Amino acid sequence: MEKLSFRLTAPRSAGGTRAQAIVGVVASGNLEVLLERSPPADTCTIDIATAAHGFGAVWDAVVRDFVTRRPAGGLRISINDGGARPDTVALRLAQGVRKIEEPER
Amino acid sequence: MSDWGMQKAALGERLAAGRQHARGKVVPIPDLPAFLKGVIRSGDRVCLEGDNQKQADMLASALANLDPRDVHDLHMVQSGVVLPSHLDIFEKGIARRLDFSYSGPQSARIARMLFGGKIELGAVHTYLELFARYFIDLTPNVALIAAVSADKDGNLYTGPNTEDTPTVVEATSYKNGLVVAQVTEIVDKVPRVDIPGDLVHFVVEAGRPFYVEPLFTRDPAAITETQILTAMLAIKGIYAPYGVRRLNHGIGFNTAAIELLLPTYGEKLGLKDKVCTHFALNPHPTMIPAIEAGWVEQIHCFGSEVGMEDYVAARSDVFFTGPDGSLRSNRAFCQTAGLYACDMFIGSTLQIDLEGHSSTVTTSRIAGFGGAPNMGSDPRGRRHPSEPWLKAGAEADPDTNAALRRGRKLVVQIGETFGDRNTPLFVERLDALDLAEELKLDLAPVMVYSDDVTHIVTEEGIANLLMCRSKDEREQAIRGVAGYTDIGRARDAKLIEQLRQRGVIQRPEDLGIDPLDADRNLLAARSIKDLMLASGGLYRPPSRFRNW
Amino acid sequence: MTAATCNDVSLSWYEASARQRIDALVDAGSFCEFIGPELREISPHLAIFDLPEQFDDGIVVGRGRLDGKAVLLAAQEGRFMGGAFGEVHGAKLTGLLRAARALSQDVLILFDTGGVRLQEANAGELAIAEIMRAVIEARRAGVNVVGLIGGRAGCYGGGSLIAGTCSKVIISEQGRLSVSGPEVIETNRGIEEFDSRDRALVWRTMGGKHRFLIGGADAFVDDEALAFRQSAIVALKISPGCDVAVLAAEQARLERRLQRFGEVEDAVEIWQTLGIDQPTEIPARPTGAFLRAANNRESADDAR
Repeated sequence: MEKLSFRLTAPRSAGGTRAQAIVGVVASGNLEVLLERSPPADTCTIDIATAAHGFGAVWDAVVRDFVTRRPAGGLRISINDGGARPDTVALRLAQGVRKIEEPER
Repeated sequence: MSDWGMQKAALGERLAAGRQHARGKVVPIPDLPAFLKGVIRSGDRVCLEGDNQKQADMLASALANLDPRDVHDLHMVQSGVVLPSHLDIFEKGIARRLDFSYSGPQSARIARMLFGGKIELGAVHTYLELFARYFIDLTPNVALIAAVSADKDGNLYTGPNTEDTPTVVEATSYKNGLVVAQVTEIVDKVPRVDIPGDLVHFVVEAGRPFYVEPLFTRDPAAITETQILTAMLAIKGIYAPYGVRRLNHGIGFNTAAIELLLPTYGEKLGLKDKVCTHFALNPHPTMIPAIEAGWVEQIHCFGSEVGMEDYVAARSDVFFTGPDGSLRSNRAFCQTAGLYACDMFIGSTLQIDLEGHSSTVTTSRIAGFGGAPNMGSDPRGRRHPSEPWLKAGAEADPDTNAALRRGRKLVVQIGETFGDRNTPLFVERLDALDLAEELKLDLAPVMVYSDDVTHIVTEEGIANLLMCRSKDEREQAIRGVAGYTDIGRARDAKLIEQLRQRGVIQRPEDLGIDPLDADRNLLAARSIKDLMLASGGLYRPPSRFRNW
Repeated sequence: MTAATCNDVSLSWYEASARQRIDALVDAGSFCEFIGPELREISPHLAIFDLPEQFDDGIVVGRGRLDGKAVLLAAQEGRFMGGAFGEVHGAKLTGLLRAARALSQDVLILFDTGGVRLQEANAGELAIAEIMRAVIEARRAGVNVVGLIGGRAGCYGGGSLIAGTCSKVIISEQGRLSVSGPEVIETNRGIEEFDSRDRALVWRTMGGKHRFLIGGADAFVDDEALAFRQSAIVALKISPGCDVAVLAAEQARLERRLQRFGEVEDAVEIWQTLGIDQPTEIPARPTGAFLRAANNRESADDAR
C-alpha cells in the first residue's frame, strides 16, 4: 500500500451540518471516501492509502482540482483506494461533498 | 487459341477428384480428409470462412489436420483469424501466407507467430477492403464456407448469420474456384435459398451448428457511472446538435450506455424521432429498450447476435428478414451502407495520440481492424447531402462556397481517459508504430486516421476537431479532454480556456450536465435479465450472460 | 403514532451497497450505526498482506426501526473482499447478536458473502462458530433472526451455515445460497460435475428460485429493496422460539427431501418431481407467475 497525505488551502468551506459522510466501497477499481469535519474552515486535509503504486502526481492533480472546484474547506478526508481510476476518484470526492451537505433527517 | 479455358479445366479436375469421395454433392464426414487432400492443391489461395462472429469451424479443423507433406504453402485469404485451428494451419506448415482482417481472441498468438516468422503477412485489411481484393487480386481457388442447411442440390440456407458467405461464394465460384460448405443438416427443402446450388460444389453434414461468437452482447450490469457520463455528453453534445439520424455504433460499453440512455435521457431531451432512427448495426441486445420504445425505424445488420434470433424475427418492421422469417444479414452490403449512407460512426479505441490517430494495437497483440476503419472514415465518393454531413462540413471549412463544399462524416471516438488497469487512453506515441518497426511493415496499423476523426468524447468533455484551425489547436483540444493522463496534465490551461470559449472544447457544465447525475438508474435496463424482460421473453441470452 | 415512512425510490437490492440496503430497508432516517467507519475499527490482518482495508471492515451494524418496531441490523458489503468474514467483521456480528438477546430485539442479517476471508481464516472460522451459537442463543431467548439474501456475492461458505440457523430466510432470484461456491465445486470435482461458467446452471442450482422451491428459503421476493422490506415486516410477525421439537421436525423433513431427490442430476428434474408445469420455464418466469407455479414447493421449517 502506498500512503499519501495532502494539506490544501480550500477557497470554499463545506456546507451542511452532518458530522461525517461516507461514499464508495473498497474494491478493484473503486474506493471509499470518509469525510469528517475538522477546522480550520479554509483547509482540507486528505489522507490516502492506495493499492496502486506510483500515481502520486496524478493524485496531486486530482485533489488540487477537487479543492478548487468543490467546497471542501473544514474537511478531513480519508481514502482507502482499491486502484480506482482518477475519474472515479474525482466522482467519489464530489459525491462525498454532496452527501455531507445533505440535510439531516 | 488452345490455351484458353485452363481454369475451367483445372476446376474440372478438382471436381473429379472430389467426386471420388462424395455421393452426389454430399461428402460423408469420414471421407473429409481424403476429400480435402484431393481438391486442394499446394500453393492454392484458400478462403476459410470466418469473421468476428460465424466460423466454418469443422472445415477449419479438417484443414488443420491435413498432412503438410500432401498440402503446403497455402495462401489463406480470410476475414477472421479467430479459432486456434486457423493458426494451427500455419504452425504445421500447411499454409504460409496470410491476408486477413480481424484476429480478436488470437491477437497475441498471431503476433508471436509473425515475430517468429511462421506467417508471411500480406496485409491487415478492413472487411470491405479484403472483400474488394477477392474480386481483383486475392480471388480464392477454394472457399470453405458455413451454412445452416443444404438440400441435395447444394442450395444453402445461411439463417440469420449470412454475413460474408454471398461475397465469398460470388468471388470464388464465378471465377472457376471450388466451393465447399459445412452445414448443420441436409434437408429436402431449405427454408430459403441464400446461396443457389449451382455455385456450391460440395456439402458436408456436420450434425451440429457452426460456431458463432456472441461478440456484440454487453451486460448492462457492468456499465459504470463514468461511461454513463460520457454517453450523456455524446447524446446532448453531438447527437442532438447535429441531428444524427443515420449511424453506426462500435462495440463497447460506451456505446451500450448510449443505447440504454436513449429511452430515458434521450426521451427527456425530446430527441425521439430526431436522432437514431436508422442504423447499420448488428442486433445489439442493448438496443432492445430503444426499439421497444419506438425510437428505431430501420436496422441493417452485418451479422446476427446469439440469442437475438427470435426477437429480430418478431420485429421485421425494423430488421431485414427473409420469407422464412429470420434475419438476413450481409457484411459487404452493411459495410457499404455504413460507409455511404450513415452520417456518424461512434466507437471506442485503446490509444489516441496528440494528432488524433487512434489504434487498438498494443505491442504484443495484433487484433486486426474488422470494419471499424471503414465505418470510421469519411467517404470521399459521397455525393448526397444530409443535415449532419453539411453542418460538419461547414464547421471544418466555413469559408468555402457552400455549393462546392464537401460535407463531413462525423467520426467520434468515445472513451474514458484511463482504461483497464489505469492504462491511459492518450499517448505521445502509438504502440502501433513500434510494432510496425519490429515487423518492418510499410504502414503502422492505425484504426482511425487523424484526418477522419471529428470528435473525441471523454468524461472530461467533448473536443470538436472540425473547428480546430491549426495543428497546435488540435493538440490542445485533445489535451483538453485527456483528463489526468500525462497528456492531459501537460496542457496549456490558457489556450484551453480560449478553445472552450469558442466551443471547440465543451465541458459537462457547458452542456448543463452535472456529473453527479450520471447514475445507473438512468439506464433503461440494468441487467441482461432486464433486456430479456424488455423483449417480452423473445431475447434468449446465452448461458454465460445469465444470472437467473 | 404516525405511520412509519420508508424510502420509496426503486432500488435494486443486487446493485445496492450495504449502506444503501439498510437505508432502504428501515423506516426513513431511523438507522443508527454502531462502531461506524469514523472509529476505524479495521482488520488487524490485511496490512500484513499489503491489502487495502475498509473502515467498517465490510460490515455495517446498528439499530433502526422496521414499520415502527425496534430492530437490530447487520449488512455485509459483498464488493469488499467478497463480503468475507474476518476477525473484526465477525466480531461485529457476534456482538450484535448478543446485544439482541440482552435487549430482546429481533435481528435482520443482510447476507452478501463468499464465506471466510482466506487471509484471516482461523479468526474467520471461529467467528462463524461464535455467530451460529449467538444466533441459536438469541432465538432460544425469544428473538427472531431473519436472513435476507440477494447480493452480488450471494451467501456462501460460513455465511450459508449462519443462514441455516436463522428463523426465516428471504431470498430474491439473484441471491444464491450454497455451502460450496461454483468455482470450488469445479476445482474439486471437475468441470463435468459442475461448469462454474455456465451461469444458468449456477443459478438453477444455487439461485433464489431453486432454494425457495426446495425449502431452503421461506420467502421469495423481487430484486427490489421495498420488496425485501415488506417481506421482512411479515417475517418478524412469526412467533419466536427454537427447541428440540423444531429441530426434530427439520431433521425429518431433510431426510424426506434427500430420499425424494437424492438421485436426480439437475434442478429441473426436482421441479418436475414437485409437479411444476413446464419446469424448464421456471428461470424465465416473473415473480408472480413463479409464485403461482411454486404452490407445491417443499416447505421450509424454522430451522433448515
